[in-house]
Amino acid sequence: MKSKEITTQISEAADSLNLKKWDYGASFSNDYSVQVDKGEAKQLKASQKQILTIRVWNESNLVGITTTSDISESGIKKALNQANIASDFGNQNEKTEFSPLAKDPIEVKDSKKRNPVGIKKLLTLLREAEVKLLESHKSIKSVPYNGLSESFFERVYANSDGAFRSYAKSQAVLYLYARAEEKNKKPRSSGSVKLGYGVEDIDIESCIKDASNKTISHLNYSSIKTDKYLICFSPESFLTIINAFSSMFNARSILDGVSLSNKNSIGEKLSTEALNIYDDGLHEKNISSSPFDGEGTPTKRLCLINKGRLENFIHSESTARIFKTIPTGHAGLGSKVSVSPDWIVVEKSKVNSDLKTSLDHSTYEGEFVYIEELNAIHAGVRASQGSFSLPFDGWLYKNGKKISIESATVAGDFKYLLKNIVNIESNQEVTTSGISPHIWVNELSITGDA
Amino acid sequence: MLSSHIKSNEIVFDSCNKDLLEEIIFYGIELGADFVEIFIENTDNSSVLAEEDFITSVSPSFGRGAGIRIFKGKKDGFVSTNDLTKHGLMRSVSQAIEMLDITDNKREVFNGLNKHRDYSLSKKKWINEVPSINEISEKLLVSTKSLKKNNKIITRKGSYSRNLQEVVIASSDGTYVSDIRLHQTVGLNVIASDAQYRSSGSRRFGSSGMPNEFRLWDHEKAANDVFESSMNMLYADYVDAGQMPVVLANKFGGVIFHEACGHLLETTQIERGTTPFENKLNEKIAHESVTAIDEGISEGSFGSLSVDDEGMEPEKSVLIKDGILKKFISDRAGELRTGHKRTGSGRRQNYSFAAASRMRNTYIAKGEHSKEDLINSIGDGLYCKSMGGGSVGATGQFNFAVEEGYLIKNGKLTNPVKGATLIGEAKEVMPKISMCGNDLELAPGFCGSISGSVNVTVGQPHIKVDSITVGGR
Repeated sequence: MKSKEITTQISEAADSLNLKKWDYGASFSNDYSVQVDKGEAKQLKASQKQILTIRVWNESNLVGITTTSDISESGIKKALNQANIASDFGNQNEKTEFSPLAKDPIEVKDSKKRNPVGIKKLLTLLREAEVKLLESHKSIKSVPYNGLSESFFERVYANSDGAFRSYAKSQAVLYLYARAEEKNKKPRSSGSVKLGYGVEDIDIESCIKDASNKTISHLNYSSIKTDKYLICFSPESFLTIINAFSSMFNARSILDGVSLSNKNSIGEKLSTEALNIYDDGLHEKNISSSPFDGEGTPTKRLCLINKGRLENFIHSESTARIFKTIPTGHAGLGSKVSVSPDWIVVEKSKVNSDLKTSLDHSTYEGEFVYIEELNAIHAGVRASQGSFSLPFDGWLYKNGKKISIESATVAGDFKYLLKNIVNIESNQEVTTSGISPHIWVNELSITGDA
Repeated sequence: MLSSHIKSNEIVFDSCNKDLLEEIIFYGIELGADFVEIFIENTDNSSVLAEEDFITSVSPSFGRGAGIRIFKGKKDGFVSTNDLTKHGLMRSVSQAIEMLDITDNKREVFNGLNKHRDYSLSKKKWINEVPSINEISEKLLVSTKSLKKNNKIITRKGSYSRNLQEVVIASSDGTYVSDIRLHQTVGLNVIASDAQYRSSGSRRFGSSGMPNEFRLWDHEKAANDVFESSMNMLYADYVDAGQMPVVLANKFGGVIFHEACGHLLETTQIERGTTPFENKLNEKIAHESVTAIDEGISEGSFGSLSVDDEGMEPEKSVLIKDGILKKFISDRAGELRTGHKRTGSGRRQNYSFAAASRMRNTYIAKGEHSKEDLINSIGDGLYCKSMGGGSVGATGQFNFAVEEGYLIKNGKLTNPVKGATLIGEAKEVMPKISMCGNDLELAPGFCGSISGSVNVTVGQPHIKVDSITVGGR
């Protein structure tokens, strides 16, 4: 069943149940994935999935919700009924409405939807990639985490007021994590992830090369002395930390009391004037872009930090109404509508005279710690308190040499980190979660074994 | 002998599907599969959220689907679908067969399904026995009200979720079982704030197969516990980093063993070559004071099962006995690929995941010491009263956040400290667990891994680790 048919079916079922106001979000997907182990197919997977989330407003304009994978006629009626029952418990203190922008035009780009290549082709490509990665260095003994997948999906939003939006996309993902072993040394592991609209868009050779280079670069390792260090965050690691503390920009989190910001924080100076941060879900490099959010609001580029100052919050329909502004296209459909960023873009602003431009990760000869990748975000971030203590993969640069750091954590406060940015390099890099240059931060605590 | 009369063209829950299941399995075997497994699921879930003094979210959900797994040699193909018609299921079998590229003419024999083992008979009434949304809402609101103990508490939340899962499992070795699983969890969270100081506190409780458990939950005790924890940590200083002895509290302290060692004893890790314990069976891998168990049989515990997701009754597996590695946690694929016998540990989040070897109720057995013995034995160190989450990397390195910690000085508990992270490697830390307390307790949790998020319990008595890296400021 596809989007128009299901909308008609929901509309008819709602009429028969005398439900006047409703909306729904749905996704229909077909996914294919393979994993290999030393040339052999390990697990081959295919899935056909459908998820339907229906909201119903009752006569008191309170909303109830139900989610189901059963989109048969009886399943849809049951979902409407359950949502109607749940509406008796709707939140009376924060009413939810349709997004006022749910019928605004959306920016329709070429979705670059690809055709499936099929499991056999996926398997052949992954086998070849595994062999090449194993052959790339004698110390690489296995590729324990690997996978190649392709997904084809359609997403829909519609409501009883006549709004209707849908889009169809494809996406492919390749990940290769190698494990290297050398005598009398601990095993070391690292990897690479690449996304594309389809398998043919993925640069497999570059994924192999990145995984190999990263893994080999950690073979010579040493523990690090516990101390405060000058830090250079890779684009990926800086985006990880920004996303981990994105509740700072999130109106829902502010209302829930779990953000470092409050309603009056707009304009607050957070960092150097050289720092700009945007959320740009429609960015051309964002493979996962969606033209509308869970409430049907069009996705758009939004400035979060402008010249070091907090510029905007991200909103759903209800938070925008409370903050007396408009929704920003960041809502996720749920009983309690969630809000989250899409695609973070970090830039150096034109006002950047206070930066120490001599700090460049490829030329700087002084001592610093390079953080390549932050791990265990779910465990080591206290977003509501602003603190973090995270294990990382990285190197200590000292006396013109670099050595991989064994088992260490970096700890600090997010606001301190933003305030102590001392350089934003010029070149931006595209990652799987956004775009950022390398970012330098003064004096963060590193705990090591030495 | 196979039935020749197909009575239904769609899986119907709460009725006999034997003929249809046999036909689908037979179809897969005829196409050349060595083994065919069908996992069918019907779910009825509900969750409620209370914030401050209001119910802010009620979310029912329901769904159904099937996961079909085909083995050929040691390879497997897995297809999941929401289409439970005969046509849909057969199409999934064909798709799995096609993925595996089966070309040989060798055919396994399928003698039909065994007698139905129905574990659900006494559980069908559960759906009518669990608390209503009204009842849940009332108790959650009383709970969040109990958290309002002073004006430093700025955020109060109570949450409840109930998952009712009806499953049918059938496979070409004759397995044919049905079961109903009920899991309920309830959690309380607070954030406390005073000027520049902030702290948080949280506790989660959970049970399986006990419809009345939420009614029996002592919300007042839970609220006091969460409140005290947040107040104790509100003005805490950051811990100084370094190597030091630590005492880990019982209950959720067991998350360290779960993450740091338990995962490395799953056969999926042997298959990947990512466990340092692969060739250590019957060798000493831990201090002799350590005996560790994984089981799925403790009544009401969050990780307990009547039958695993591959149709096997769970066993009690002694993983480590007096420091000696005795057993791995194994599922069907694990047995096939590593030779370790199945332990009733084949588990999955839902029909869209293939089962994998996963922990259930995992804990370090109790020793003979009191909590005070452990603390008194330390000059300077750290007491980790409440643990947060953690993770283990591909090379066995682990890290865990300490939610509520206290410095130990001269054998006594002193100041609360925050920001601590425990870092290490299982192989190095296991031999350093030198003392186990006599106060074993379990705590519920969710474990995310290859086959999705599954309900587990972690547990231990108070334990002492002689030396571990503590990350801080």
